[in-house]
Amino acid sequence: MFEAQELAGERGGRIVFAAVSFVLAPGGALLLTGPNGAGKTSLLRVLAGLGQVADGALLWDGRPALEDRIAHASRLALVGHQDALKPALTVAETLGHEARIIGGDAGAALAALELEGLADHPVRILSAGQRRRVALARLVLGAARPLWLLDEPTVALDVAGVATLGRVLAGHRARGGMVVASSHLALPLDDATELRLAA
Amino acid sequence: MRAMFGLIRKDLALARRNAGDTLAAVAFFLLACGLFPFGVGPDPNVLARIAPGVVWVAALLAALLPLDRLLGADYDDGTLDQLLVSGLHPAAIAAAKAATHWLATALPLLLAAPAGAIMLNLPIGAIPALVAALALGMGVLSLLGTAGAALTLGARRGGVLLPLLVLPLAIPALIFGAAAVEAATLGLPVRPHLAMLAAMLAAALPLAPLAAGAALRSAAE
Repeated sequence: MFEAQELAGERGGRIVFAAVSFVLAPGGALLLTGPNGAGKTSLLRVLAGLGQVADGALLWDGRPALEDRIAHASRLALVGHQDALKPALTVAETLGHEARIIGGDAGAALAALELEGLADHPVRILSAGQRRRVALARLVLGAARPLWLLDEPTVALDVAGVATLGRVLAGHRARGGMVVASSHLALPLDDATELRLAA
Repeated sequence: MRAMFGLIRKDLALARRNAGDTLAAVAFFLLACGLFPFGVGPDPNVLARIAPGVVWVAALLAALLPLDRLLGADYDDGTLDQLLVSGLHPAAIAAAKAATHWLATALPLLLAAPAGAIMLNLPIGAIPALVAALALGMGVLSLLGTAGAALTLGARRGGVLLPLLVLPLAIPALIFGAAAVEAATLGLPVRPHLAMLAAMLAAALPLAPLAAGAALRSAAE
């Protein structure tokens, strides 16, 4: 159970969102919407333990989630708006290195995002959508982590890529995982609770 | 621990792929050593007298070159965020980065150091002491440099700020490192100087990653 109570976050000394409350049960999904600058990315960073909490509380199973940031980090996987990929490495090398750092099975991650055909390609030559898929493959590496945080995950993805992401997200939720995603586009998330942030 | 070695392995693979950075540091070092005979004149005695200090200063400056990209690249492309949510302790991330710097930059400089020393007419007998002192002193610099790089993340012109922050802290290592080489040329015991360098390394080993880790976390906020 992941819960926010009257959460407010700041960035550069300015409050960017305030009074955010939600309860997310295992298998649940939360969709963050709102205009540009409403604080969606900042909220996701706070949920990941990277941002600054100005007020309120974040609870995991009823206990303060950010008390132990390492423990909190170990239960989440994050796909930010940056892909965090190294152009010099191939797709297979990228996921192999990631698997050694965060755990998981690189082969399964390649297969889940339909990246087998690109395995030997250096990230440098990939298109934006293909890079996004590699970034999303991190989620499959972190499949054992219950909380997935996604910032505009479908940007640059084609229709097939969105459908693939939908299957991966549905599989995660079926195993009892939770998803928090922000998006301006339609996300392949069934019956997600919508949380609208005001500008 | 496994994750930390995984990170070191990844960064070494990247360093191998971008070998130009390492080569640039080594070339800078050799060029800096090679410039001194032109500047101070070719008198072998003068060169041998200043060689320990010159080799040390050139190595320190060369080792600083790749420091601002050591963490800066990860900060810019979002990799740092991924590392911070990987479950690794921030201090472990910093320690892995320092280890990468030592292996990918300091070690090639150690291998190039004898060549630089010979250009400056350092007695051959002093070269083992030079390499041993540099190995320890570069360890101190890798650790201090990682802390400095973490502190200047996100700062405007951080690459300029970094040497101003790190070089003054490296002065003790420079003093004892150059003294070790000088002692070797004079036939005096080298071990006390190396012991001092090892003591500095032992102090920096736990402290620098902790400071760097805290700076990494605040850089991400």
